[in-house]
Amino acid sequence: MNSFLEVRNLNLSLKAGMPILRSVSLNVAAGQVHGLVGESGAGKSMIGKAVLGTLPRALQVTSGEIWLDGVNLNSLPTAERRKTIGAKAALIPQDPLTALNPSKRIGPQITRRLVDILGWQKSDAEARAVELLHEVHIPDPARVMKSYPHELSGGMRQRILIASAFAAEPKLIIADEPTTALDVTVQKQILRLIAEMQQRHDTALLFVTHDLGVVSKTCDTLSVLYAGKVIEEARMRRFFTRPIHPYSAALLKATPTYTNPRGSLTPVPQSVIDATEREVREHDMRASR
Amino acid sequence: MTVFRNILIRLLTTAVTLFGVAVIVFVVIRVVPGNPIAMMLPPGATDADIARLQAQYGFDKSIFQQFMIWLSGVMQGDFGTSISTRQPVAGLVLSRLPATLELSIVALTIAMLLGGALALAGTRFRETKAEAAVDITSGMALSIPDFLWGLVLILLFGVLWPVFHISGRISPALNIDFSTNFYLFESILRLRFDVIADLVGHMFMPALALAIPLAAIIAQLLKQSLKETMHLDYVTLARTKGYGENHVITREALPNAVLPTLTLVGVQFTFLIGGTVIIERLFSYEGLGNMAIDAVINRDLPLIQGIVILFAFLFTIVNLVVDMLYVLLNPKLRHA
Repeated sequence: MNSFLEVRNLNLSLKAGMPILRSVSLNVAAGQVHGLVGESGAGKSMIGKAVLGTLPRALQVTSGEIWLDGVNLNSLPTAERRKTIGAKAALIPQDPLTALNPSKRIGPQITRRLVDILGWQKSDAEARAVELLHEVHIPDPARVMKSYPHELSGGMRQRILIASAFAAEPKLIIADEPTTALDVTVQKQILRLIAEMQQRHDTALLFVTHDLGVVSKTCDTLSVLYAGKVIEEARMRRFFTRPIHPYSAALLKATPTYTNPRGSLTPVPQSVIDATEREVREHDMRASR
Repeated sequence: MTVFRNILIRLLTTAVTLFGVAVIVFVVIRVVPGNPIAMMLPPGATDADIARLQAQYGFDKSIFQQFMIWLSGVMQGDFGTSISTRQPVAGLVLSRLPATLELSIVALTIAMLLGGALALAGTRFRETKAEAAVDITSGMALSIPDFLWGLVLILLFGVLWPVFHISGRISPALNIDFSTNFYLFESILRLRFDVIADLVGHMFMPALALAIPLAAIIAQLLKQSLKETMHLDYVTLARTKGYGENHVITREALPNAVLPTLTLVGVQFTFLIGGTVIIERLFSYEGLGNMAIDAVINRDLPLIQGIVILFAFLFTIVNLVVDMLYVLLNPKLRHA
């Protein structure tokens, strides 16, 4: 399989020494959707941040490689790495309310980078932005381009951020829990929109979420993360019919279903958590040896 | 319409503020010990002489009556006559105002450039020794008051390396026939480079002394605000678009980080204008502040009143301008 994004044995830790990611490897093939699931704190967002080069300053990559479109990102000087990432990958952020600059109009927030970094003509960039806003079903794009973020709703802003992510025709989109901050009715529309845009533009998509239900609808493959370690990597159909790792199986069982509204919530059993914890600790022992 | 109404309300509150200031100043300078008449007469003047002069200046009436007389004059643009110079207060004060305004504005400009540069450098190199250096520099600059900076500058640029003038506003030998007292602004408009050079040579040290503490405040506030902004999602998003650190700081973070700093800088600028009183004295700079000290020493009550009212007026104008700038720079308020 031809990977567009390949993460090899990525180790990430706090500068104080505490490990955050433990030998994480994953592949996202061109045009494919890869889900990244795990509990809060499992480190799933950190993988996306490591790829995009936006890790918090307190974290550092201790070992491992990130290959994007056949280029080892770690081998590039900082400025060039930023440009490469900017041209080939894009982020759909978690919270649309804080991800747009409050003092700038929407138009320039989509078009400026096309002009500044990719050297487009201003008129081309503006035409492109209008086209993209149409694609994400925003009525009257010309007016929206002149608006400030505070004049638009959360759902509108997330649509704008999706449009903006696709502006430079990146071949990889990283969606970092793109619906968590939205209310349930808008969530579905946004998910459908991301899937629609991904297919139309034929991009690879790394979909970070804690919602297995979302993964089942959108992804081709997935990785399950626990305490910064990938404990299972699978194709979608196989994962939902025959999960291999006990934690995955327990996680699947814990997913609430709408078909049985009176059923009580199923927690992941403590024995499974303990066994998984042990596995992580054994990994650390092997790594330190 | 609302903008117009807001400005009207502000002008009304300004008028009330100025009236309050006038009452307080008028009463205080008459209640504190020290008699202007005593300063004017030679030793050995008779009681009759004193009474005659007091009647002439109206000091024999009650404070309330004096205030009403003064107020009715002010309504007609007459701020009284200076006791020490026997000239109209309004003319005296307005002739000195341009000197102080120019000094304050130049000082503010230096403070913003210096403080802004320090804040940007501290943010660019945050969590390194360079940021610590910015913190230490601004902490030191802030803990030394402006008049001490004045002395330090005199020592540096007046004594050890005498490149700047240490007193006055302009060299008397210089031939200027300007139509206003805004020498600096007018010489810039007229492209009189000889005059500009001379004025800057005189203004450099007092302006810098006034600017240093304000620059330190701007550096600290703006750096703090910038660092908080750098953690926000839209800054992170700009990084993923391929922008470098310098662009991210100046284009994405700065326009938002400036807002909380702006209000405080407005308040601090009024302190700077107040600081001109001592700094102008120190550098024998012929502005309002210098005149204020003379007026106090001479117990020139009408002149003191005029100067204080003018200062109060300046402060309210500065606040008004800051509020308007805030609305102008903040899109959330612009359409409200």
